[in-house]
Amino acid sequence: MMLDLDAGRYAAYVWPAFAVSAAVIAGMVADTLLRARHWRREAQRLEASER
Amino acid sequence: MISALANPQRFMNLSRWLAPMMGALAAALALAGLWLAFAAPEDYQQGDTIRIMFIHVPAAWLAMFAYACMAGASFFGLIFRHSLAEAAARAAAPLGAGFTFLALVTGSLWGRPMWGTWWVWDARLTSVLVLLLFYLGYMALQAAIEDEAKGARACAILALVGAVNLPIVKFSVDWWNTLHQPSSVLRADGPAMPSTYLTPLLLMGLAYTLAFGALWCVRIRAEVWRRRAAALQLRSAL
Repeated sequence: MMLDLDAGRYAAYVWPAFAVSAAVIAGMVADTLLRARHWRREAQRLEASER
Repeated sequence: MISALANPQRFMNLSRWLAPMMGALAAALALAGLWLAFAAPEDYQQGDTIRIMFIHVPAAWLAMFAYACMAGASFFGLIFRHSLAEAAARAAAPLGAGFTFLALVTGSLWGRPMWGTWWVWDARLTSVLVLLLFYLGYMALQAAIEDEAKGARACAILALVGAVNLPIVKFSVDWWNTLHQPSSVLRADGPAMPSTYLTPLLLMGLAYTLAFGALWCVRIRAEVWRRRAAALQLRSAL
C-alpha cells in the first residue's frame, strides 16, 4: 500500500494542520507527565520528612 | 464501577497500569490510522485537504467528549462532594481546551481552501468557540479562587451551565443553515463516507479517545498527589 505524501497545491494547509496537532498533543503529553512527576515527588518528599 | 473507582487508592492502583496501556494503544492506533489516512486516495472534490479530516474530526469529538466528562465529574463532585470527582473535573479541563483549540485551528486550515475563508460566524464554529471559552473560563475561575472547596463548587456550577452548549454544538448543523457540513459519521442512517475514509477516521477517533483517557488518568493522579502534598504541608504547619 503506497503512501501519498504529496499534498500538491493544498500542502500549505494540510501540513500545518498536522504540525499544529502534533505540537499541541506533544505539549499536552509533556505538561501532563511533568505535572505528575512534580507532585508525586513533592508528596513523597513531604511523606519522607514526616517520618 | 464508578463506586469502585471512587476510592482514591483503588483508582491510583488501577490507573498505574491502565494509563500507560491506553497510551501505548493510542500510539499504535494513531500510527495505523495515519498510515491508512495517507494511503487513501484523494477526494474527488476536496483533493488532498480530505486528510485534514482525520485529525480535525477526532479533535472535535474529543472537545465535546472531554467536556461531557468534565461536566459529569463536576456533577458527582457537586452532589457527593467527592474529592476524586473534583480532581477528575479539574484534570479534564486543560485537555478539553487543547482538543477544542485543535478542532478550531485544523477546521480553519481546512475551511480556507474549501470555503474560501478562515472563519465564519456560523452556528457550528461559534458554538465550538463558546465551548473553548467555557474551558478557559473554568480554568481561570479555578485559578482565581484560593479556597479549594469554594473554587471546586463554583467551577462545577460553571461546567454544568456550559453543558447546555454540548447539544447546541452537536445539532447546530441541523438546527441552522451553516457553512459547516452536517455530520457524516454519527447519523441515524449510518455513515455517509466510503470505508477507505471511514476506517482511518475511526482508528484516529479511537486513538484520540485513548490518548485522552491516558492523559486524564495521569492528570487525576497528579491531582491526587497535589492534594496529598497540600494536606501534608498543612499538617506539618500545625
